[in-house]
Amino acid sequence: MSLRYPLRDFHMDIFSCDVLVVGGGGAGLRAAIAAADAQPTLKIGVVSKVYPMRSHTVSAEGGAAAVIKTGDSLDEHAYDTISGGDWLSDQDAVEVFVREAPTEMLQMEHWGCPWNREPDGHVAVRPFGGMKVQRTWFAADKTGFHMLHTLFQTSLKYEQIQRFDEYFVTTLLVDEGRCEGVVAIELATGRVVAIAAKAVILCTGGCGKVFPFTTNASIKNGDGMALAYRAGVPLKDMEFVQYHPTGLPFTGILITEAARAEGGWMLNKDGYRYLQDYDLGKPEPKPVLRSMELGPRDRLSQAFVKEQEKGRTFEGPYGHYVHLDVRHLGQKLIDKKLPFVRELCLKYVNLDPVREMIPVRPVVHYMMGGVHTDINGATSLSGLYAAGEVACVSINGANRLGSNSLTELLVFGARAGRAAAAFTAEAPDASSSVATQAHDEEAHLERRFRQRDSVRSGETERIATLRTEMQGVMEQSAGIYRSAPTLEQGAAQLQSLQERLTRVGVDDRSYTFNTEITSLLELSYMLDLAEGIVHAALARTESRGSHQRTDHPDRDDQRFLAHSMVHRTSSGQPRIEYSPVTITRWPPGKRVYGR
Amino acid sequence: MASTITLAVTRYRPEEEAEPTVETYTVPFRKDWVVLDALNHIKDHQDGTLSYRWSCRMGVCGSCGMMVNGSPKLTCAAFLSDYAPGPVRVEPLQFFPIVRDLIVDIGEFLHKLKKVKPWIVRAEEQPLSEGEYLQTPDEVDAYKAFSMCINCMLCYSACPIVGLESHFTGPAAIALAQRYNLDSRDQGASGRVEILSDHEGMWGCTFVGDCSRVCPKNVDPAAAIQQYKLTTAVDTLKSWLLPRGSR
Repeated sequence: MSLRYPLRDFHMDIFSCDVLVVGGGGAGLRAAIAAADAQPTLKIGVVSKVYPMRSHTVSAEGGAAAVIKTGDSLDEHAYDTISGGDWLSDQDAVEVFVREAPTEMLQMEHWGCPWNREPDGHVAVRPFGGMKVQRTWFAADKTGFHMLHTLFQTSLKYEQIQRFDEYFVTTLLVDEGRCEGVVAIELATGRVVAIAAKAVILCTGGCGKVFPFTTNASIKNGDGMALAYRAGVPLKDMEFVQYHPTGLPFTGILITEAARAEGGWMLNKDGYRYLQDYDLGKPEPKPVLRSMELGPRDRLSQAFVKEQEKGRTFEGPYGHYVHLDVRHLGQKLIDKKLPFVRELCLKYVNLDPVREMIPVRPVVHYMMGGVHTDINGATSLSGLYAAGEVACVSINGANRLGSNSLTELLVFGARAGRAAAAFTAEAPDASSSVATQAHDEEAHLERRFRQRDSVRSGETERIATLRTEMQGVMEQSAGIYRSAPTLEQGAAQLQSLQERLTRVGVDDRSYTFNTEITSLLELSYMLDLAEGIVHAALARTESRGSHQRTDHPDRDDQRFLAHSMVHRTSSGQPRIEYSPVTITRWPPGKRVYGR
Repeated sequence: MASTITLAVTRYRPEEEAEPTVETYTVPFRKDWVVLDALNHIKDHQDGTLSYRWSCRMGVCGSCGMMVNGSPKLTCAAFLSDYAPGPVRVEPLQFFPIVRDLIVDIGEFLHKLKKVKPWIVRAEEQPLSEGEYLQTPDEVDAYKAFSMCINCMLCYSACPIVGLESHFTGPAAIALAQRYNLDSRDQGASGRVEILSDHEGMWGCTFVGDCSRVCPKNVDPAAAIQQYKLTTAVDTLKSWLLPRGSR
């Protein structure tokens, strides 16, 4: 497959498999393994624009939540998740999630994940934000890294899993209301291939890169969300964007919540633990669960903005910041449980958290919204599934709790893998239109991207110019606090960027690893999603969880105890509808922290 | 402080040129910029055709390894200020085939990795309903360092044996084999010894230790290789000295 074809002369290659997973991160690999375990005779494909171990799961730090200790219960995990999500979570999905979480985590243990342990050899857990009981499993503060490599290395023993590493998916193959595979560019050669499949599972993660300041890797462009959206599948709850309260200024490198869970303090420029002023409890020397620094992320990020408005933050070259202080934890604990925090600070800001305070500010971290799925990962398009951050089941509601996302990608990755495997039993082979569609897409790519005017001609615009403008618009209009005027302005600016997208130039004519064309494709994905986020945020005239409207400061259960559904209209513009939230046993209540 | 710095970057466009060439770019010199930031600046503002891999920009995805002034580095952690006043030489990782510009072909490593069976091997799986395999903190520490490998390929690029003999399983894959061998949950060590000891590559390793020196995650693959040699030698000795059942 890595043969270098004579350029431009190659014929269309069509691969086929039973289940095709798009994305090789945690959710994708878990889905692939689940499908292979469910039906060992199936041929499973994993197509990813990066080698699987480069996937962004690798950057997750703090841990993964699952009930395993005495004194904890599934109901408490469910309640923490639902109240943390400001009652926008679907409670049937949450119940499935907390029930299957322990088994999935044990499976990771059996596959070799190096969990931190108690002296007696049992798995250790740590506290985490918004969780009333300690239930977060951790592998120091590199939990995502260890989970991803464990899954990837384990996946290597499955001969039936065939990988398409460094293939960039440009479109879904859809015929008569059924998803039948994808078209992808093999990056090394530039050849366009069709990968036909009876079922496709999107596991491409989030789209943090629509914002300028994010913990997200450069690859997080919402590819899967845009692919589904363009194929007519609605996106759900896109207005809910998580700001993590502790990112390093400039780089946006994440300082894990575990730093606070282990006892770190948030201090303003007066050295004051300011969270006590925001209805999050009283400062205690030791961490208190669901209180102060262990409050939920949305509330902590909002408190930062208020603190900034009061003039009590520091001002640096990369905006305002506060301090995260872990010095009192001591070097021994830091090295044992937070070694990555120390490594990142030493390497990237030349600061030792054992002796110095860490400058931090809120940073875009996670999309609660995503491709609308049911509890088996199925979307409204037959044969198309989604799991992980790309999807919105929804368990995270209006605000995700830290350490629920790694568990989510296991539980729902596995469920989607099994569901897709079962689906293949009844699904006919891909239709004959696959080849035609793929040829059309190839011609379309050639026309739309490769035959563009070059940037050097001076008549065109640069990708980076539009990307930077889009990111600026998103921060201005859809940041931690929003209002109708800025959102309306943002929507107009995004529409104009969509028009300008057609005038972006491309200098790179090569078929070999052309990253200029993939950057342009990614920008076009992100612009669609940016519009979805802004329009959904404009339509939701209430404040809930991470979505805070200064012009509508209260939660409005009468009108908005509902999921927003973003549909793409024929003009390309988003249309917002709503669908009900599933409430099983936890009627909407007040979110209480620190009391 | 100078306001700009020059980068001498390897270019290779296989459709256009038979051999790699060097192109120089001048970028703003900022003290908090790393080499990767400079490359991104070039790509965004000067030359959209420059190709390289990157993703997390926090030293954990392993994508952005390149030769910087002749040494293998993660470019997201290589500060321009450490190379001032420049020019900074940026080249693809050595000992790998170049695909394009700063992108090398790491496909061979993926084959090597799979060959060492980097997964838990057990004669019998304990059902999940019986809970976790117990493992004390000391037992975790026994393999933990070798589990930190991010597959960034810097060690292959530093290894003189890989340079001479590309079939050598190589530092990272051997370290990962050892990671599983030392895991108290694993029973697959004997299967991995055969794969590795088969090859003269491991015996060719002279414990130069360059692999461990360049590792951004302190994995110490050189130690893994030496441990492996010892185990293999002892096993061989046992096979000569002991009756079959006692091995």
